[in-house]
Amino acid sequence: MTADNLVEFQNVSFSYGKRPILKGISMAVPRGKVVAIMGGSGCGKTTMLRLIGGQIRPSVGAVAVDGQRVHELDADGLYQMRRRMGMLFQFGALFTDMSVFDNVAFQMREHTDLSESVIRDLVLMKLHAVGLRGARDLMPSELSGGMARRVALARAVALDPMLIMYDEPFAGLDPISLGVIGNLIRRLNDALGATSIVVTHDVHESLEIVDYVYFVSDGVIVAQGTPDEMRASDKPFVHQFVHGEEDGPVPFHYPASAYGEDLRLGGKHA
Amino acid sequence: MPSRFVKGVRRIGHRTINSLLRLGVASRFFVLVLLHSGSSFRRPHLIIKELFSTGVLSLIIILVSGLFVGMVLGMQGYDTLQRYGSEEALGVMVALSLVRELGPVVAALLFASRAGSAITAEIGLMKATEQLSAMEMMAVNPIARVVAPRFWAGVLSMPLLAAMFSAMGVFGGYLVGVKLIGVDEGSFWSQMQSAVDFQQDIVNGIIKSFVFGVAVTAIALFEGYDAPPTAEGVSGATTRTVVTSSLAILALDFVLTAFMFRGEG
Repeated sequence: MTADNLVEFQNVSFSYGKRPILKGISMAVPRGKVVAIMGGSGCGKTTMLRLIGGQIRPSVGAVAVDGQRVHELDADGLYQMRRRMGMLFQFGALFTDMSVFDNVAFQMREHTDLSESVIRDLVLMKLHAVGLRGARDLMPSELSGGMARRVALARAVALDPMLIMYDEPFAGLDPISLGVIGNLIRRLNDALGATSIVVTHDVHESLEIVDYVYFVSDGVIVAQGTPDEMRASDKPFVHQFVHGEEDGPVPFHYPASAYGEDLRLGGKHA
Repeated sequence: MPSRFVKGVRRIGHRTINSLLRLGVASRFFVLVLLHSGSSFRRPHLIIKELFSTGVLSLIIILVSGLFVGMVLGMQGYDTLQRYGSEEALGVMVALSLVRELGPVVAALLFASRAGSAITAEIGLMKATEQLSAMEMMAVNPIARVVAPRFWAGVLSMPLLAAMFSAMGVFGGYLVGVKLIGVDEGSFWSQMQSAVDFQQDIVNGIIKSFVFGVAVTAIALFEGYDAPPTAEGVSGATTRTVVTSSLAILALDFVLTAFMFRGEG
């Protein structure tokens, strides 16, 4: 592992029971960059984030974060490492029994001995960065989807993490919120000097803001490169994905027996 | 091709193994909750917040039910006792039935359906909306931060609720027996006072409700924590909480009564 990479996948395989999800993935996330992991739904993208966070262990290979192999850490070591990570969950995963303010303050109260007045200043700064300082007293149920995502973003960066992970940050957002979240991902990464991993299938929003892209399909990396290389790529999978074509290497039809056979058109009609 | 008989045996075996496995997982979960309880006691405000939602919010149903159960006891008790000319023992009957049995048991059944189901649904939804995962990713143990405070809040509020249920019930019996039917007020209270023993009746009642509190809260928390993260999963878990903890209360009550009151006259 080189010191330039914050996260490295070293030939990682993972399966749920007998179902293989990842099959020998090797990739690197350089420090300071925003890297996207793209692929269709259910291709194992979220699993990769869970491996980085140490919530699951690889069946084969290792994931290294900041030079440490995640699955070799004990519970304390893992918790120490997670304190330096922030994660934005798909639908925000805000604590529904706490206000916006308390959500952002959560980690500061759990992990630091800061006084309430310092925490107040820090929380307001984080909320200001996502434009929701005025929403501090609202409950999560009172927020729109885009606002909830921004609060979750403020919470993810509450302790100035070295690594920020985004699980489908664009899913289900209106066009204005899409742009807002995209810009925030880029701006927060650069302002905090952090490294970001964005798991997504929203091609256009993410190609605008990221430095490098990995395409994952069926548990393996099928393509990688800068956004410009991806736009120009003539690889069938990348082309289908970037241009949103219905059929291609990723078939429209779920595997099934022959259509005619299924409709019982055998015999004289065949 | 295995015969239908073999299939049936296999299914029974499968279910038995699954139930045992679940029991093992539940026991492990319970031990983890106890091991991670330290931080809840270092930060009592976490427990106090949950005491409000499990204890205070259950008060209305407990108090109203206690009053009605007491009033019915007053009526039925008078009807039976007056046949033997001993209606002044009504106070004793009402108080002993409540303190020994009905208080702990009925309060626990109500607690299971009011607070237990709420706990399961809340934890199950927290899991389904990835709040527990998010907490783990923030290096905060959800068992210590979410589960343990709710456990201790449930265990603490159950005996208090049962005591209030019994007190309300005695008041209800008094209203019907003394104020409505006209049993002598002096003998109602004085017979009650001399017949109810603190150690034998009240302390045993408190022990019962404490045990029920542990059982109901532990079942509710486990069902929530173990629920499949879907709408169907959470609703199934909520139902299981009410059914399992009600059965557990009744079974435990039998065992505890057998130990506490055997050979009593």
